[in-house]
Amino acid sequence: MTDIAQRAGEVRKADGIVLRFAGDSGDGMQLTGDRFTSASALFGNDLATLPEFPAEIRAPAGTLAGVSSFQVHISDHDITTPGDAPTVLVAMNPAALKSDLRLLQPGGTVIVNSDAFNERNLAKAGYESDPLEDGTLDGYTVVTAPMTDLTKRACQDLGVKPRDAERSKNFFALGLVSWLYSRPVEPTVDWIDGKFAGRDTVIAANKAAFAAGHAFGETAELGASRLMVAPAALDPGTYTNINGNTALSWGLIAASQLAGIPLFLGSYPITPASDILHELARHKNFGVRTLQAEDEIAAVGAALGAAYGGHIGVTTTSGPGMALKAETVGLAVSLELPLVVIDIQRGGPSTGLPTKTEAADLLMAMYGRHGEAPLPIVAAQSPSDCFFAAIEAVRIAVEHRTPVILMSDGYLANSSEPWRIPDVEQLCSISIEFASKPNHVNDDGEAVFWPFRRDERLVRPWAIPGTPELMHRIGGIEKSDGSGNISYEPDNHQAMVRLRAERIALIAHHIPPVEVIGDPDADVAVVGWGSTWGAITGARRRLEAAGHRLAHIHLRHLNPLPANLGELLSSFERVVVPEMNMGQLCRMLRAEYLVDAKSVTKVSGQPFTAAELAEAFYSEIETVGAAR
Amino acid sequence: MTDVPVTTRKDWATDQEVRWCPGCGDYSILTAMQLLMPEMGVRREDTVFVSGIGCAARFPYYMNTYGLHAIHGRSPAVATGLAMARGDLHVWVVGGDGDMMSIGGNHLIHALRRNVNLNILLFNNQIYGLTKGQYSPTSERGKVTKSTPHGSVEQPFNAVSLALGAEASFVARTHDMDRGHMQEMFRRAHNHPGAAFVEVFQNCNVFNDGAFAAITKRDARDSMLIDLRHGEPVRFGAGGELGVVIEGGRARVVTVAEVGVEALVVHDETHPDPSVAFALSRLANTNDVPTPIGVFRAVERSEYGSAVTSQIAASQSKAGPGDLRKLLHSRPTWQVA
Repeated sequence: MTDIAQRAGEVRKADGIVLRFAGDSGDGMQLTGDRFTSASALFGNDLATLPEFPAEIRAPAGTLAGVSSFQVHISDHDITTPGDAPTVLVAMNPAALKSDLRLLQPGGTVIVNSDAFNERNLAKAGYESDPLEDGTLDGYTVVTAPMTDLTKRACQDLGVKPRDAERSKNFFALGLVSWLYSRPVEPTVDWIDGKFAGRDTVIAANKAAFAAGHAFGETAELGASRLMVAPAALDPGTYTNINGNTALSWGLIAASQLAGIPLFLGSYPITPASDILHELARHKNFGVRTLQAEDEIAAVGAALGAAYGGHIGVTTTSGPGMALKAETVGLAVSLELPLVVIDIQRGGPSTGLPTKTEAADLLMAMYGRHGEAPLPIVAAQSPSDCFFAAIEAVRIAVEHRTPVILMSDGYLANSSEPWRIPDVEQLCSISIEFASKPNHVNDDGEAVFWPFRRDERLVRPWAIPGTPELMHRIGGIEKSDGSGNISYEPDNHQAMVRLRAERIALIAHHIPPVEVIGDPDADVAVVGWGSTWGAITGARRRLEAAGHRLAHIHLRHLNPLPANLGELLSSFERVVVPEMNMGQLCRMLRAEYLVDAKSVTKVSGQPFTAAELAEAFYSEIETVGAAR
Repeated sequence: MTDVPVTTRKDWATDQEVRWCPGCGDYSILTAMQLLMPEMGVRREDTVFVSGIGCAARFPYYMNTYGLHAIHGRSPAVATGLAMARGDLHVWVVGGDGDMMSIGGNHLIHALRRNVNLNILLFNNQIYGLTKGQYSPTSERGKVTKSTPHGSVEQPFNAVSLALGAEASFVARTHDMDRGHMQEMFRRAHNHPGAAFVEVFQNCNVFNDGAFAAITKRDARDSMLIDLRHGEPVRFGAGGELGVVIEGGRARVVTVAEVGVEALVVHDETHPDPSVAFALSRLANTNDVPTPIGVFRAVERSEYGSAVTSQIAASQSKAGPGDLRKLLHSRPTWQVA
């Protein structure tokens, strides 16, 4: 006992740990990472996660292609990224070690399941000799545990077949890591009870494996020091751990409540957007209707049909689906009906990297329709921000009667962070006004309804079927402004094209001006959009800590751009635009403002790290300084 | 429905100039619909016509109801969303054979399968009209058109067979030369809860004139149209001298005098199994043989929109109406002081 007490006394404080769980697709790494994250969240750490998994459900076991990883950064202070590099790597097999060791920080800790390092698995991973013995891991702190064997032994008196017991080895790893990094045990034990309710042997096996892992930590001479990351001093409030797709789903529900009209989701399964369909399908008591459509086109078509009927019509997808929906989105532009099209971007083109992140659909969102078909674009910047971005997209769509594209990405979708739950009373309501009366008197003195008669914002009335006296016909054929009757007149088409552009441009007056984060008097301004917010913020803080000045402008609205953006950009010596594409926003800013913006790009399927961006920004700061 | 105001055909017609070619079969379908509507006991504002692209798809512009002229092929999808959102509306979908069986084939079969409360009218003229005369998915083999100068080598769809195969709960066929029969089919479609599919043989007098003349012209109808009547033996021809029997699952035309009336198949549109209806639909795959018209199938099945609404009601009575605050706190939470 004294030994254990002494060990407990050895716990060192750390301000943060970046832990990466890596194993075979069937090893339960996502679940293990998720449990560690939840326990850390409840403990009060700030955190950010980066789940990474192959597109294949079960790639051949033991191969590099089948490695599934989950990275989590826990911290005692406010953080915005899942970490530059893991400080701890848990590798459940040789393939996981081979694939992820290159990511580990020099001198980091490697925790391996030594049972999996047999000849067959080593060969599958492409190791010619055993990396546990050949010096590969020199310079790292290595903790080996025969996880498979110890898990089987822990389960042997529980009536669990050895083969089934083996499946619990991820809980052994979780127990060991929980001990090493001083995580509370109870939340995981309670969670096992709930998750596997009714399957008593599974509960018993998982708990036994978890306890065995924990005990192994306590008793074995591990050679790695125990660390404790204290709770973070976050703003007071009630917190929950949330990922982007869940936050986005809840934002849509909130928008429906704020607007007082029902939510309709038309969707076709596609990675990484499907979880929004799954989440919304659960909440029928909010009056949410979900349609799993026969294809992407039907999904957006049904959403548009529901919008015509007075619902909040939403469709969710990723890049390939965006391409398929384009014609219907163009129809919505022509009909001037509200519609929210949500693009959870992934690596492209074509099927590309279904489970990896990218933000290369911006120009498609801007221009990817035939004809002149402008529409507003809104982007989410962090997992929890997806909640507010969804509300904003719905607000613009219904108040301005236009399709809106809301952009998130695979990283935001699956990454989670603590979220201070907002007071629902403080959320701004969304104003909905359905037309109820005729709005025009024709030459015969008769009161009639003109579907394209506009208000001062150039917004047309939303007259829904069922309203007496307002029967009207709308369609994708060019129509006369005002009456809405079919018109092929040259002057009318010219006027309508200009009107459709102008009414979207006018939305700039109904969105807040953009604000500078950091130092507004800095020489260098970084303009970002979407999920790069976290890495840009992390980079800015590092540069500030080192005494440098940097301005950060992050765009919620990509179209129309905020009214003050052009002037703001002209006040900086240098504008840098980091993007997970080949420079799409940069191109837009250059075209719009004639600003000599510099592009920093990354298109590897991975989000930027704060370190990468800090280096890129520092070099700009240096260049400007040197030119003086 | 006693409080529905009395209307006439004029109330259901718009002020828009009808722009189909003179002599087009679409005119008689429009007239049939405008004359029928005042008798249906529905309000104009509760009625919506949704269409895709094509000549037939201009239909909504001429009905003084709500109307949505969407894009090519997608009308069943758009209408599905509308009908799901608004179970109080009467939603009609109008399109041609190119619109609904080619580019929109997928949406059509899924709307039928789901049994969404839609009245789907397929104006089948076996040609592309608006794009000026290419062969369509219902054009006969050998059809010479601009895009098949050597004749089409494709097998056409039989629209009724396709609808039956797509699990449709209501399938009917009519033609543009018989207003009374069209109106009867439209009325039946309207009264059917769920997806009702009506194929209308429609003459395109510019690009495919007389495609159905051999079966629909007045003096041919008796011998060439087999009028299906629920509960009655399937008979046709002058004085009913011809009839249909089902043998080994296949339908065959017979002379009643030779087989006796009792041998004829008695039409049962309500039979849960669509096999006999399908067999009847296979009697005619070209327009030069006796062709069944009328209601092939009319069975009751859970309607999609109301099933969705029931799930919402059940969920609300179980969990209570949605409470946003509760939702945001529904996962594990912790306090920071």
